Amino acid sequence: MSPVAINWKAIDNDARFQQLHSRKTRFLWGLMVFSIIYYFLLPIGAAYFTDLFKIKVWGPVNVGILFALSEFVVAWLIAYYYTQRANREFDSMADQLMNDVARFGGKK
Amino acid sequence: MRTQKFGTLGSASTAALLLALAPAAHAQGAVPDRFRWLTFLVFGVIIAITMYVTYRAAKRVKTTQQFYAAGRSVSGIQNGWAIAGDYLSAASFLGIAGLISLYGYDGFMYSVGWLVAYITVLLVIAEPCRNIGKYTLGDILAFRNEPKKVKTVAAISTIVVSIFYLTAQMVGGGVLVKTLIGIDYEVSVIAVGIIMLMYVVFGGMVATTWVQIIKAVLLVAASILLVMFTWAPYGFSLPAFLTAVVGDEKVQLQVAKLLGDAASNMNAEQLGQRFLEPGLFLKAPIDQISLGMALVLGTAGMPHILMRFFTVPTAKDARTSVNWAMAIIGGFYVLTLFLGMGSAINVGSAKIASIDAGGNMAGPLLAQFIGGGEESMLGNLFLAFVAAVAFATIVAVVAGLVLASASAMSHDIWVGVVKGEHATQQEEVRAARICSVIVGAIAIAIGILAKGQNVAHLVALAFAVAASSNLPAVLLTLYWKPCNTGGIILGMIVGAFTAIGLVLVSPNMTYPLLVKEAAQKVIAAAPAKMEKLQAKLAAATDAKQQEHVKLDIAGAEKALKKAEGDMKKFENETTSIVGLERPLIQLKNPGIFSIPLGFICVIIGSLLYRDKRSQEMWDELYVRQNTGIGREGAVAH
Repeated sequence: MSPVAINWKAIDNDARFQQLHSRKTRFLWGLMVFSIIYYFLLPIGAAYFTDLFKIKVWGPVNVGILFALSEFVVAWLIAYYYTQRANREFDSMADQLMNDVARFGGKK
Repeated sequence: MRTQKFGTLGSASTAALLLALAPAAHAQGAVPDRFRWLTFLVFGVIIAITMYVTYRAAKRVKTTQQFYAAGRSVSGIQNGWAIAGDYLSAASFLGIAGLISLYGYDGFMYSVGWLVAYITVLLVIAEPCRNIGKYTLGDILAFRNEPKKVKTVAAISTIVVSIFYLTAQMVGGGVLVKTLIGIDYEVSVIAVGIIMLMYVVFGGMVATTWVQIIKAVLLVAASILLVMFTWAPYGFSLPAFLTAVVGDEKVQLQVAKLLGDAASNMNAEQLGQRFLEPGLFLKAPIDQISLGMALVLGTAGMPHILMRFFTVPTAKDARTSVNWAMAIIGGFYVLTLFLGMGSAINVGSAKIASIDAGGNMAGPLLAQFIGGGEESMLGNLFLAFVAAVAFATIVAVVAGLVLASASAMSHDIWVGVVKGEHATQQEEVRAARICSVIVGAIAIAIGILAKGQNVAHLVALAFAVAASSNLPAVLLTLYWKPCNTGGIILGMIVGAFTAIGLVLVSPNMTYPLLVKEAAQKVIAAAPAKMEKLQAKLAAATDAKQQEHVKLDIAGAEKALKKAEGDMKKFENETTSIVGLERPLIQLKNPGIFSIPLGFICVIIGSLLYRDKRSQEMWDELYVRQNTGIGREGAVAH
């Protein structure tokens, strides 16, 4: 693909790019905010909700240990969820635009 | 010609290295003297394999794309393993298992942030950087800002962050190798430096990638093996395993020691259970949150991690590689829960801390125990293997850091700024190799000069600087249209200086007066403490109890010796490096202040500065980072 002569402005204004952009932005930042809040619940809980963390639920396994383990599971689930959606949806939207680059004209 | 030169130099320095290692060292390490050859054998095999890989790579590495980015031909899975190899330093391999073995729950909690950090990398950094980047952090920032200015700032930041991290690795690695196998500190620092330089100089990113992959596979294999043996007696049941932890006498004693007077009205079971509850180690929540911010935002701004995303062909592969990295890194930290707790019940915290107060020997000693103990061949083979993996770990992490700073020097500063982008491929690759040697020499020199210094906090500082300086710049140039050159420069400088400045006046520094005060207390209390322990020893009925008290006595003697040493070391000193008698702030991690400040300064700088190019290039950057149109492709053969 020739790196010159791509009409970036036209792609930016294209409805499909706008749709890709808005879907991606909402999805990504939503996930980002959720994961940051979920992560900081751990140190905050350990410091200020110690009694809750001490409750034993499964033999000696307490809420604190389960919550710390859940951080790993949640991180993996977020990665999996994002990857599924990106592979299925965002990549094909971007590919469509890429295939059409020539049609946006050569004015840079 | 290149390969021939590599061959001679390679065998010459390997021989020199073995000669240096051969004479029996004076210090005694965790590996008994008569089994040290096992460690050398295992490590020798690892070096031989990685050197062969480097030899093969050296033939291929002729272009800048090969040297900096492995020809963009690394697959997603390979890159995932390499990221894990680049990221899992000896501090996480040995340090976190050690923290868990000594402090239980808090050690495990500490490990979580190191994984969550990759969510930021995955969601907002990896793919856009792959789509618009070329070789360095400077390239990303130069896309729509004034290249010479931002490349200069980005290169300085890259070098500063890498040197902080590098110093922690070199000094920590030197101490570790000495503790494990008893090789002299200086020898191990030089050995790590030379081996690492051979990978980087001759094999560039191609060899570095493979060294990191090999190391990550070894690390994961060693951990899985140890956990299998540790967990199997409990039928792979989590409650059964933790019940054993709670019921273990050594664990209960350790908790009683940590709690002091507060433990007097707790029974044995309560003491054991306390090990699984928070608060034995991390006592300042704000510091915790501050460190968490530095990790979660700093990892995505680490130049040696960013650089790994330029080695894959597409954004999709970048995504795949973060997924693999998260699986490996997260899985590894879950395993450290078993390594640390397993070491606490099988080896015991008193013994772990008697060899290394920070607990770094928890994993290696567990390996020795599992193989059959101190006197057994298998036990020492396991220990030797783990020690060799630790050595490989240090080398692989250091190689990634040196490559990142050398690229910033050669690609951003020399080619980008000095030569105004006019350099041939050959010239640039040669410059990159020379810069690698310079950075490597600096790393060795710092490693030797910083002997005996407390450098553990430099890792957290490296993350804090990356989070306060690099991340705001990268994030805002990618996602905020008004961002421009002025903002990047102001934000990066203020962010970095604030983080460093706050640490310079924090309790992380050494304050001679406070050290002497603490030492005096230890010395004053020593006779009474010894008397009490001797009485306890006399009263102890069974051999197990006696053994435990003896370990405590050894620990107390060591503490006294250290206190006396400190008194002497700081005899004529009263102030820290910056001339303070006492820390100005109590916060150890600066992130909570410096990260928001970094963002604010990028915003203010952008609003005050006018930069037409930053605005004109926005459409192109935004379309490119979202779609991958016009990205730097894979190598054309």
